[in-house]
Amino acid sequence: MVFGRAATVVWKKLLHLLLVVLAVTLLTFVMTDRLPADIAAEISGRGATAADLAEVRERLGLNRPVLIRYASWLGDVCLGRLGNSLATELPVKESLRSHLPVTLELLFLSQLFALLLALPAGIITAWRAGSRLDRLTGTFAFACASLPNYVLAMGMVMLFSLKFKLLPATGYTPLSAGLAANLKGFLLPALAIALVEWVILMRVLRTDLIATLKEDYILLARCKGVPAWRILLVHALRPSLFTFITVLGMQTASLIGGAVIIETIFALPGIGRLLVNAIFAQDYPLIQGTVLLITLAYVLINFLVDLCYGLLDPRLRKVADNG
Amino acid sequence: MADLGRKPGITFYLACGWLALVVLCALCAGVLPLHFTLDQIDSDHLAAGPGGAHLLGTDAMGRDLLVRLLFGSRVSLIVGSCAPLLGLVVGLLLGMPAAWCRGWSERLIMTATDVILAFPALIFLLVFTAILGPKLITITLGLGLLLSPRFIRVVRANTARFREREFILAARIGGAGEVSILLKEVLPNIMGPLLAYTLVVTGYVIVVEGGLAFLGLSVPSPAPSWGGMIAAGRDVLEEAPHVVIFPMATMFLTVLAVNLLGDRLRGRYERS
Amino acid sequence: MSGADGLLLDIRDLTVELRSPGGLIQPVDKVTFSLDRGKTLAVVGESGSGKSMLCRAILGLVPSRGSIVFNGHEAGRLSAGVMNRIRGRDIGVVLQNPLSSLNPVMTIARQIMEPMRCHLKLSKRESREKTLNLLGAVGIPQPHERMACYPHQLSGGMRQRVAIAIALACDPQLLIADEPTTALDVTVQAEILGLLSRLQRERNMALILVSHDLGVVAGVADDIAVMYAGRIVELGPTGALFARMRMRYTRALFDAIPRIDEPLQRRLPDIPGQPPDFSALPVGCRFAPRCASAGEICHREYPPLTADNADRHLFACWFPCAGTEVGR
Repeated sequence: MVFGRAATVVWKKLLHLLLVVLAVTLLTFVMTDRLPADIAAEISGRGATAADLAEVRERLGLNRPVLIRYASWLGDVCLGRLGNSLATELPVKESLRSHLPVTLELLFLSQLFALLLALPAGIITAWRAGSRLDRLTGTFAFACASLPNYVLAMGMVMLFSLKFKLLPATGYTPLSAGLAANLKGFLLPALAIALVEWVILMRVLRTDLIATLKEDYILLARCKGVPAWRILLVHALRPSLFTFITVLGMQTASLIGGAVIIETIFALPGIGRLLVNAIFAQDYPLIQGTVLLITLAYVLINFLVDLCYGLLDPRLRKVADNG
Repeated sequence: MADLGRKPGITFYLACGWLALVVLCALCAGVLPLHFTLDQIDSDHLAAGPGGAHLLGTDAMGRDLLVRLLFGSRVSLIVGSCAPLLGLVVGLLLGMPAAWCRGWSERLIMTATDVILAFPALIFLLVFTAILGPKLITITLGLGLLLSPRFIRVVRANTARFREREFILAARIGGAGEVSILLKEVLPNIMGPLLAYTLVVTGYVIVVEGGLAFLGLSVPSPAPSWGGMIAAGRDVLEEAPHVVIFPMATMFLTVLAVNLLGDRLRGRYERS
Repeated sequence: MSGADGLLLDIRDLTVELRSPGGLIQPVDKVTFSLDRGKTLAVVGESGSGKSMLCRAILGLVPSRGSIVFNGHEAGRLSAGVMNRIRGRDIGVVLQNPLSSLNPVMTIARQIMEPMRCHLKLSKRESREKTLNLLGAVGIPQPHERMACYPHQLSGGMRQRVAIAIALACDPQLLIADEPTTALDVTVQAEILGLLSRLQRERNMALILVSHDLGVVAGVADDIAVMYAGRIVELGPTGALFARMRMRYTRALFDAIPRIDEPLQRRLPDIPGQPPDFSALPVGCRFAPRCASAGEICHREYPPLTADNADRHLFACWFPCAGTEVGR
């Protein structure tokens, strides 16, 4: 009974997320269909006759109504087929597979740096709220939040790459060429993202932690003679992570395909670059495949964040429970 | 923030002063006694450093940086002020009814906002500009529309707080219609926090507009914008860093000033 | 250690000073009392009279002046680490609201075991065993199954029993119970109170029982201290105090207890006025503005805490009640 209801909630959530995926991909189809330029002309080259163009359109199925094309694309997706790129004729799956690791590594490193900054800073400033350290951290965070990440990126390139020649300014070295070289290439872009994103993480953690520290059970923990670090890390941190996890999820989701400017500045072949190039080339199958990947990631992260809520708070684990 | 107490400190006045200066420059850029025009190319001074005839130096094509910076402020200011305002208007138009009527209309509006939030913003902007052309108004419209789901959420959350309040009931008993209650009773109450949010978004929009320049989606090339200047300066980063440093500093200070004001305003409404 | 005379806690001129929007305030002002091993002291007063703040000051959780001697040690001289050990090991605490005073994301077993592991350095197995015993001792049925429960899965009374188990985890010499029954149903209140006094007898603990209800503490306390606006205004053995209430404030608290032998329609007398604001205390007796018998001196000078004769019944009043027997 209890489990039945919990399962219903999970199914409802999954259904909602599936609807989001369908709506987003359909919207993409309809929108890219409105792009003014003509891919058929692009493919058949200069000097193609009207008959040539018609033949290309026929072959690509471009002259069918957009909804029919969407339905047939959706059918292919269900069968695990994403099709081939129109521009390069490479399988879409292949492009995604080669670009995804770059995005994932950038995402992982940047979120890692952001967490390494935000967690200690949030905990310490909440513990010593109002102190000089708190004010200093707050001011520094404020400045960071006002820096666009591309400004930060270029500033760091000027400093670390051009002036001190410590790190490469641009370019991607695959992992197969050695971990050190690979990490060197990711250090600046990941930092550029992290130094802007840690601020909001730190702020929500600080706010929630300050609220938690006023709770009775923290007073009781102090009465129990629990050392300060244990109060912060064992008693107070976990109930204060809700907004933090939510924001972290939103930021992570937006980085898949959203880090395109950083990818551009550092010449990293990530999902964001792939999408932009696909749009410029009006490469419909590639656009669709990329958008599908981005949306699925968004949905997956949403789902994981929901799972995390349950892990954080036992009260949310079972829907109907009054033991 | 802890360092922004009740009394406006020196930072507050500095922020106001800087913004006033930027607005003044944007307004008067056309009538200032400048020695160069926007796209006048000084081929004797390519990527020249600051000083001499060019106060802030020239860019890689020999165009005067100061002049471009002054005129570029118009783009940032117009996009930065109009796009959030558009988002605010859409947010009010859809968010208030959603919170007030509840039921299926609320569900419809909120699901739509969910979908738009999940939709890759890049596609929207790229397609939007591809169809309408990379013009100032396109960028403003596009960013404004992209922002509206966030505004809808904020408006709805703020409006919902007033649904059950006594003075709303009192107005209803007094015979006021629902539309007039929303306009006369609810709107004045939610405007404060909303304006604070709008200011916070303004800083964000200025940043995003600059970022679009990196993808070639901002105002087309000869017209200057801060983001465009930064993006273009990438090629001469090593030889002439001043080409990007000046627009970068200007943008940073402007965003910082806007954020300071927004934070102050937000702090005031959160306290009360 | 200093067990010869039986004295466990000796507090002299304890003052708590806090910064508030209205300036510096003293929610606890020159409080002096002592407590012997195994005895119960009830601290009674309206909300806002400084009872809870007094508890926190004893625990060293708020900055205070004056002297606190616990077990022969001057608390002010101890390092933060030692104070932490005393808090968890030698002094147990039960807070008012069992709903909010248990951590919602930790199992009750973990919360009970924590002080054992921190202070007694017990192994996981030892502390589990001890926890099981404790849960049985505080009257929780099927302690085995309850170990893995989270607080929200228990009823209010059960939660307060868990809170008591936490307080007893390290066999403290002193238990401070800050309004332990206020947030509970009336039927459960008596159970919890009975449990507390039984545990106290069995373990020979000293108990500081804080309450706003004279009736609740009458049956269990050896001594009663009545607090008003941060000061102790009457202090004495329970029997003597109930026999001759000298303070009109104590009298008024007593009259506010509903009694079975009276008609239901009787309107319970209330004390007119509000307790004073700590940032604007009256110059003289702090109760004077609400007192029917206040004279001119009451508004001018604070009455000293004295006794009539050599006995231990102290009170702070210029015009104490004549001392007629109080019928009960």
